[in-house]
Amino acid sequence: MEKVSVWDLPDVPEGQLPSHIQLQRTRVHCNPDAPTHTENVQYSGAYSSVGVDNSLQLEQFRKNFRVEVIRLGKEDMEFDMIGVDPSLANAFRRILIAELPTMAIEKVLIANNTSVVQDEVLSHRLGLIPINADPRLFDYKSENDDPKENNTIVFKLHVRCERGGPRLTVKSDQLKWLPNGSEFSLETSAAKSTAKPKTYTTFHTSQETLHDFSKKPIAPCHPDIILSKLGPGQEIELEAHAVKGMGKTHAKWSPVATAWYRMLPEVVLLQQVEDERAEKLVKTCPVNVFDIEDVGKGKKRAIVARPRGCTLCRECIREDEFKQDVALRRVKDHFIFTIESTGALPPEVLFTEAVKILEDKCERVITELS
Amino acid sequence: MVAKENEQDVGIDKQFLAAPVKSAVDKFQLLPEFLKVRGLVKQHLDSFNYFVRTGMKNIVRANKEIRSTVDKNVYLRYKSVRIGEPSVVVNSVMDQLSPHRCRLSDITYAAPIYVDIEYVTESNGKKSTATKSDVIIGKMPIMLRSCCCLLYGKDEEELARLGECPLDPGGYFIVKGTEKVILIQEQLSKNRIIIDTDKKGCVQASVMSSTEARKSKTVIVMEKEKIYLSLNQFEKKVPIMAVMKAMGMESDQEVVQMLGRDPRYGALLLPSIEECASHHVYTQQEALEFLEGKVAKSRFYSASVEKEGRAMVILRDVFVANIPVRENNFRLKCMYVAVMLRRMMEAIINKDAMDDKDYVGNKRLELSGQLLSLLFEDLFKTLNEEAVKEVDAFLNKPSRSRFDFSTYITRGRITVGLERALSTGNWDVKRFRMNRKGMTQVVARLSFIGTLGMMTRIQPQFEKSRKVSGPRALQPSQWGMLCPCDTPEGEACGLVKNLALMTHVTTDQEEGPIISLCYCLGVEDLELLSGEELHAPNSYLIILNGLILGKHRRPKQFAQAMRKLRRAGKIGEFISIFVNEKQHCLYIASDGGRVCRPLVIADRGVSRIKEHHMKELKDGMRNFDSFLREGLIEYLDVNEENNALIALYEGEATIDTTHIEIEPFTILGVCAGLIPFPHHNQSPRNTYQCAMGKQAMGNIAYNQLCRMDTLIYLLVYPQRPLLTTRTIELVGYDKLGAGQNATVAVMSYSGYDIEDAIVMNKSSLDRGFGRCIVMKKLAAVHQKYANNTSDRIIRPQRDGRNAEKMQILDEDGLAAPGEIIRPQDVYIYKQSPIDTKNTISGTVPESFYKDSWQTYKGPEGETAVVDRVALSTDRNDNMSITFMIRHTRRPEVGDKFSSRHGQKGVCGTIVQQEDFPFSERGICPDLIMNPHGFPSRMTVGKMIELLGGKAGVSCGRFHYGSAFGEPSGHADKVEVISETLVKHGFSYTGKDFIYSGITGMPLQAYIFMGPIYYQKLKHMVLDKMHARGSGPKVMMTRQPTEGRSRNGGLRVGEMERDCLIAYGASMLIYERLMISSDPFEVQVCRKCGLLGYYNSKLKAAICSTCKDGEKISTLKLPYACKLLFQELQSMNIVPRLQLTEA
Repeated sequence: MEKVSVWDLPDVPEGQLPSHIQLQRTRVHCNPDAPTHTENVQYSGAYSSVGVDNSLQLEQFRKNFRVEVIRLGKEDMEFDMIGVDPSLANAFRRILIAELPTMAIEKVLIANNTSVVQDEVLSHRLGLIPINADPRLFDYKSENDDPKENNTIVFKLHVRCERGGPRLTVKSDQLKWLPNGSEFSLETSAAKSTAKPKTYTTFHTSQETLHDFSKKPIAPCHPDIILSKLGPGQEIELEAHAVKGMGKTHAKWSPVATAWYRMLPEVVLLQQVEDERAEKLVKTCPVNVFDIEDVGKGKKRAIVARPRGCTLCRECIREDEFKQDVALRRVKDHFIFTIESTGALPPEVLFTEAVKILEDKCERVITELS
Repeated sequence: MVAKENEQDVGIDKQFLAAPVKSAVDKFQLLPEFLKVRGLVKQHLDSFNYFVRTGMKNIVRANKEIRSTVDKNVYLRYKSVRIGEPSVVVNSVMDQLSPHRCRLSDITYAAPIYVDIEYVTESNGKKSTATKSDVIIGKMPIMLRSCCCLLYGKDEEELARLGECPLDPGGYFIVKGTEKVILIQEQLSKNRIIIDTDKKGCVQASVMSSTEARKSKTVIVMEKEKIYLSLNQFEKKVPIMAVMKAMGMESDQEVVQMLGRDPRYGALLLPSIEECASHHVYTQQEALEFLEGKVAKSRFYSASVEKEGRAMVILRDVFVANIPVRENNFRLKCMYVAVMLRRMMEAIINKDAMDDKDYVGNKRLELSGQLLSLLFEDLFKTLNEEAVKEVDAFLNKPSRSRFDFSTYITRGRITVGLERALSTGNWDVKRFRMNRKGMTQVVARLSFIGTLGMMTRIQPQFEKSRKVSGPRALQPSQWGMLCPCDTPEGEACGLVKNLALMTHVTTDQEEGPIISLCYCLGVEDLELLSGEELHAPNSYLIILNGLILGKHRRPKQFAQAMRKLRRAGKIGEFISIFVNEKQHCLYIASDGGRVCRPLVIADRGVSRIKEHHMKELKDGMRNFDSFLREGLIEYLDVNEENNALIALYEGEATIDTTHIEIEPFTILGVCAGLIPFPHHNQSPRNTYQCAMGKQAMGNIAYNQLCRMDTLIYLLVYPQRPLLTTRTIELVGYDKLGAGQNATVAVMSYSGYDIEDAIVMNKSSLDRGFGRCIVMKKLAAVHQKYANNTSDRIIRPQRDGRNAEKMQILDEDGLAAPGEIIRPQDVYIYKQSPIDTKNTISGTVPESFYKDSWQTYKGPEGETAVVDRVALSTDRNDNMSITFMIRHTRRPEVGDKFSSRHGQKGVCGTIVQQEDFPFSERGICPDLIMNPHGFPSRMTVGKMIELLGGKAGVSCGRFHYGSAFGEPSGHADKVEVISETLVKHGFSYTGKDFIYSGITGMPLQAYIFMGPIYYQKLKHMVLDKMHARGSGPKVMMTRQPTEGRSRNGGLRVGEMERDCLIAYGASMLIYERLMISSDPFEVQVCRKCGLLGYYNSKLKAAICSTCKDGEKISTLKLPYACKLLFQELQSMNIVPRLQLTEA
């Protein structure tokens, strides 16, 4: 930066930050060597010397805060979260990854497995299958709880490759939901023949009668996840018990493939870039952030057409040529949030759930404090 | 993001990848063809095949007739010998063997040696000759994939049916169920003159002679300007001139003439001549008498030798034994000695003429075929000798009934001898004065690469303790023959070497035709030359395998003609013709054990291989052999390389270029070939990786789940490296990988990443990263005993005291596959008879058996599972039951990981995914590596691997990083990789804008992030961690046991003790060394100072020496101290304790 005497600086109106400080406060500067001003200014009195109040105002927040949904699909969504602190955005991200519960297979009772895939490995694979069941309809099952219809989903897998036949691929759609619970009987209760044989679960009613599972039966989200391959004569017979859990215990309970955000890119042309240079600038960018605008008389000028597409490859500021002309920045309070759901819950529901969890957390803090 | 990105890339077809065509002719395709024809372990197979097809027949032919010494008419003649199919005799039925069956049931993979014989039988006193064919004289262990092996020429499907992995190279033996490989042995050349200096700095010329008949070492040494011969058979050194005279070279002038006209040589010989004269040795007779006095005594000589004179016999048979002496004509030998002397003197005058012992051209590699043939020859001769001895003994008996010679040769001697040598690795062949240990090693099945690496390993003959640097240093002549990277660290560093990818080791070739060819091409016979002519200038000596054939006046033309014949396939392709202009010699070599490699021939700098040749190769109209046949390619050995000017690339060829390299990356071996961009790394890093690649877990072989090895490490989800090399594809590492492509962020995180530790993402581990399976073998034998009793395996107790222990047993008394096995669980419920000696009659009572079940003794807290149970019959016809116990482990803190660049590190901490940094695209690394790993290690290759891997996942094409591959297109250039990255929106540097997962704010640096292939090494905390409070103690000293396996204590050693003394922590020392170790209370008699005892009946302490209990004190001692006193007393030393009041 050029050295300028303090006395030559323009006057700053009362109650406002000088423009360069304001820029540092609100933007991450993505310089060719390293990003600067990445941190957020938290302290309310950070700018009190220039008479600026940096405290968080609820009214202000309410006014500024916006959520704009860009894309909403069955399994993924992209939305802009504007006007929040990175720590808040991050909190949502962290909750989405680690603290939203889902159902996942936790216990596998293997009656027979003669396939090449080892029991533990098969169980591990089963565990990672996303299950299309709303976790909100189930309770957590603690260690001492009996597996009941309100905390356990039971699946059955029984595949057999006949001798003489071709090899089989066992896929996740062969997991059959057992609404009445386990069909494997506990060995100890074999004596009592009169009563219904005791099984590994104690379901009082069929899960089909609960909620609207009859309309939307529970099943793996994706039918084509390969579990194992069977050669002739091999067989797999097992029961898989899914329970509710959270991503922080094991990644299989994470409801998202991943969830992340990025700050809104801001690409600024500090100086006019014209004609050949403009064309060159447009060409340097692999993601076509820049475009060319005709300013009449055959003159051309580069403009920033699609700043949102900037992936920060820094190609434009790699060579010295445009280093002075282009500034790459990130807006600190504008987050482009992406949620990729595994399929158990739609992404928008996931986000609202995450908000609820954060609410709970806040409430807990408040009650602790009061 | 563990495997998600990578799984999609596997489907890319290789043809597309191999597409780019270079400006010069792309000769790479020759490599797979070469490996198809030659294979990675071809040297072993060739050597063994040669032995089976030729060597063995020669041995039998050379010893084909054995005759009784008693009755000369009783004889046995071998007419032919051959090896049958691998088989085993079970209940006197011949059963075909497959290698996998041998592995599983601990038998030897061997085939019968059949001979056809003609022999004398005698029945009722009438002798008659009979013939018999297919007599089995023994069994030969068969090398897998050799021409005798069941697997020879089988395709993939047939191999699969036999339970064999198609990628397994073979080249090893199966002896008693264990796979054994005979390591390649490195030796100095036999029958060659080597000029060097001895310990005192004297110049010497030595020859290790080796012929079928005799092996000897001849040394001619210059000491105090006089030249002596040193030979084991002479007591001390003898003057060389006396030796010359004894060989009939009576005229000094002729000797000087033979050295050459130059007066310098004559001057150097003068002192020797004078010395000889001082001993009054002038004639042959005098010389022989003189030498007779020097012959080492105490040797047994037969009568015929005594008559002839021992000196004469020694000179004829022992002294440079490789030069034949016909009808006592010593002229050839004299000439040979003259050449030796001349070379010595050249070396004295000009130090450059000294030979380098470490020069690869002076080395020979001894392979399994040669070693086995030595062993077989010895055993075969011994068999015949013993047969003769037995026959003699039988014939000497006055009353004898029927006699059949053929029954004496079907003893198990050969079978046992071969099997023992292979399984112990001790080659103890008295006949050839050979006593070597550690020749075989068990094939390491830890990783596929480790197995392959073992087949190319070369073991030195030097002892490892020698602290010389010469043999350990990298030799320039190793180029292309031996891998410059792959050598162990530590004591064997530089001595143990590995073959490069394209190296071939020759086998013996017949000399006869070559000799006659040489004479046809104008070589003047040595015997027709006068001494003067021997070193006449402008003509060259022609030397074939160390034997001087004669002289040639136009050596260049002669060499040209020979090479032309070789290229035309008229003489063997491995014969080397080497013109040594310094020595005025032309060396022809056809012996076995030379290393050589194929090169493209160039005429005046123009490659003989043209585009259309490669096209024909691609279309399958050609193969490697046709290239060889048509003289486009030839093999050069190390010596002949000196006559060639080899261009690295076609474009670099000049008018003088004679050869062009096929591919530069073939200078590396198999292990070093896995490293991407090794030419960008600091050299030792590649060496480290070569050692570490052998410890990496992954897939072992396609039949890994059918194997019953004692220990198997497998990776659950092994991957193919994103950044491959050509070698990887050639050896099949892409099919049997040992590692996973991890997304690595190079940054500092959490402080648990110091000293090369890595931080791992918990979610990655949850999703299967680094997950491995450890399988261990447990075995039990259902023993049969001499008294016809046997063990029995019975139904488990379902209730009662032991029921809990026997939960995992099936109804048959064996653990069921799939059951979780815990420590103390019984895995086989076996009972053994109480009495195994005396015969039992009638029914045996129940009480006759006692429990002898076997319990699992694994570490507590490990949930192991019974994987497989196999029943087989072992060699003693007992049923053996093998259990494979499996344990799946996920990585934990302290497990060791490594990239392919010698960068190992342990897992420092495991962090939740939400705390991990993430990129703008939502990519979260699998592990974080500290950047401090780079500056001092200088592994630039790793950085390029990261870039290439990142570009690979972005554009969906596997990138290449073969060694020195950039010019020929086998390695992607960094510029191109960067362009690809930019095209996909990444920074050209590979550095990403990263957000912190903890604060949510961007990091203040761009982070270098991308996929790197990581290996999980076999060292895991679970196998190593150990601590103990109290535990078992050793009986004798009552001190805690030693070692983790015995749950031993942690020793406060000398240095630790010194620290505590220096610190003054005396109570701590007291506690550590006594209270916590072996405290013991003793009664000491103050009168005699000896130890007494406490009589608990009398409730009093008594001194047994003084016989009273008056002055007794109680004292605390370490038990070891008390033991020392007693041991001292037992050797008549009395230690007395003098007590003072404290």
